[in-house]
Amino acid sequence: METGIVSYGAYVPRYRITPEEIGKVWGVDGKAMGKGLMISSKSIPGPDEDTITISVEAARNMLKRVSIDPQDIGAIYVGSESHPYAVKPSGTIVAEAIEASPELTVADFEFACKAGTAAIQTCMGLVGSGHIKYGVAIGADTSQGAPGDPLEYSASAGGAAYLIGAEKIIARINHMYSYTTDTPDFWRREGQMYPSHGGRFTGEPAYFKHILSCAKGMLAKAGTAPKDYAHAIFHQPNGKFPTRVAKQLGFSEAQIKVGLVVPQIGNTYSGAVPIGLAAILDEAKPGDRIFAVAYGSGAGSDAFDITVTDEIKDFARDKAPTVKQLIENPKFLDYAHYAKFRGKITLGRG
Amino acid sequence: MRKVAVIGVGDTKFGELWDASFRDIGIRAGLSAVEDANISADKIDAVFVGNMSAGRFIEQEHIGALIADYSGLARDHIPATRIEAAGASGGLALRQGYMAIASGLHDIVVVGGAEKMMDVSDVASALIQSSAADQEWETELGATFPSLHALIARRHMHEFGTTREQLADVAVKNHRHGSMNPKAQFQKEITRETVTGSPMVASPLRVFDCAPSSDGAAAVVLCPLDQAKKYTETPVEIIGTGQASDTLALHHRRDILTFDATRVAAERAFKMAGVTQNDVDVAEVHDNFTISEILAVEDLGFFKKGEGGKATSDGRTSLDGDVAVNTSGGLKARGDPIGATGLAQAVEIVAQLRGKAGKRQVKDANIGLTHNVGGTGATAVVHVFRRV
Repeated sequence: METGIVSYGAYVPRYRITPEEIGKVWGVDGKAMGKGLMISSKSIPGPDEDTITISVEAARNMLKRVSIDPQDIGAIYVGSESHPYAVKPSGTIVAEAIEASPELTVADFEFACKAGTAAIQTCMGLVGSGHIKYGVAIGADTSQGAPGDPLEYSASAGGAAYLIGAEKIIARINHMYSYTTDTPDFWRREGQMYPSHGGRFTGEPAYFKHILSCAKGMLAKAGTAPKDYAHAIFHQPNGKFPTRVAKQLGFSEAQIKVGLVVPQIGNTYSGAVPIGLAAILDEAKPGDRIFAVAYGSGAGSDAFDITVTDEIKDFARDKAPTVKQLIENPKFLDYAHYAKFRGKITLGRG
Repeated sequence: MRKVAVIGVGDTKFGELWDASFRDIGIRAGLSAVEDANISADKIDAVFVGNMSAGRFIEQEHIGALIADYSGLARDHIPATRIEAAGASGGLALRQGYMAIASGLHDIVVVGGAEKMMDVSDVASALIQSSAADQEWETELGATFPSLHALIARRHMHEFGTTREQLADVAVKNHRHGSMNPKAQFQKEITRETVTGSPMVASPLRVFDCAPSSDGAAAVVLCPLDQAKKYTETPVEIIGTGQASDTLALHHRRDILTFDATRVAAERAFKMAGVTQNDVDVAEVHDNFTISEILAVEDLGFFKKGEGGKATSDGRTSLDGDVAVNTSGGLKARGDPIGATGLAQAVEIVAQLRGKAGKRQVKDANIGLTHNVGGTGATAVVHVFRRV
């Protein structure tokens, strides 16, 4: 059965902070830091926002673009490394909010920054095998780095939701390919507020090894070459890594330009590839082929070979905000408000 | 005393060796040295290993036995000894190997050096390295190696007019040499501006004034000179060895602009070798910071005190200079896996004296020198080598 994306929607919180503002507090040349990371600002969730509200916003934007009965949604998987609850799922709240309850299956996914793409794979399987009509896969995060940690300059918030189905698909997922090893480059244990990471170990043996291996495996499986794709997107923890990995694989800057949103909003973790892919779908034309590779620490990569169909012509893209529109009109915060919004200040109880 | 020759050398690439463990790199370097020496493992009488801090970097002590075991020598029950003197661990291990042969106790000795530094965080690594300074009088009061060397650099600039650009030129030269060394951690040339525009570490020293942290290993095989021709056509004789110590803390020194340990170790090595500074064609010196190389070329007697910076900028320490200094790229570009560094210096000098240093070959190199330092000069060891 031909399966793929029936609709999509994204959400990015409006608040931003610049690397200069963060660096000022820690005695670091934030401007140079931002230049090195290719990040000019990162998004911050408001005091009332978390992974669940971001998931709901993204799912609602996704539903605005199609006229389906939410009761036809048979599964919701929310992929995140910042689920507000350790035990209770995020997905049940999303299901109630979009009126998909109660006849569906729900589970939360976690695989560092690639839980959202793992959710897409699972939905593909359930739809493809005829078990459900529609599945919703969401990648969303409100991750943060410890104060003063290099991660603080990039860890941001945002997410995107994908309606996976077999009818009226705007983008066909032709092939999926994954590459997974046990590589402890980045982790957070139960109860810890901030993640730990292996510094430069997160680069070559982690991000680059997995993305390169996964991308090469995908190209071999699909029998394609980089030149066959109109757009490409690679997990974007900063601007430097995806730009370098694209170059190593033979993709041009023009091919990765549309999906590269990290310079404006930072690293949205589980939201990174889903939001970038949404930015591409905002502009894609029928016949465009898209190459997407996610990366999650720990570590693994999921690759997708996607073809945009003729259905996109009649698809109501403008019924929900595009990624570009979501990123526009940011409100910049100083470090004090950022610290308050992110719960970095312990309040007195008395 | 018997005369001693190097009959084999081996090393790993230096850098971030994520896919190799400490024992992997130690064995790789040792094996390639043994292969280069054309000997079989059962000929090895003893092993000496230079290592600063495996206990803290990888939580493994008892390095001598580990290396003997994983070299397949455990069943032969050969003596295997670890040597520690912070940054000078490798050079001291070489000296122990030398003495073992010279004394007549052993005939074939393998001397290795290894360090695996990249498995800990930057902060942990800095603390481990700082333990080579005086813990009670320096480290606990906040001093780090960059800050102690920054004090030296500032004073050198004040006393002798050494300039920011002269410091940078040490790094520029060593990166140029490193660009010709396929085993170097950094093989890209840099400019003065790369150094002077890099982030500040401890004024006046910037990132590019400092040697990197590295994983790596290096090894040599030694035997009595009169047996060397049995194994190789191109033995290299160790004609002098000198070791000296000084106060552990920098502030207790007579003069912070001279490493007396270097000066005395060099005097002893030259006296034993029967040659002078002027005879040295190629030298590997301990440039853990750019200021360290300037101090080294002065304290070894290549240039007058205070003139090391100018000599560097004038090209007198380049490949075609008066004395070619750090042709491997030095600690700065080749990398500085602490315990391996002293052996990597010996590997480079042997390559130069054999005429096998490729693009960075010093023409007609006959006499070579290695200079390995621990801490801020509390230990120094100098070896002088001659082509046979």
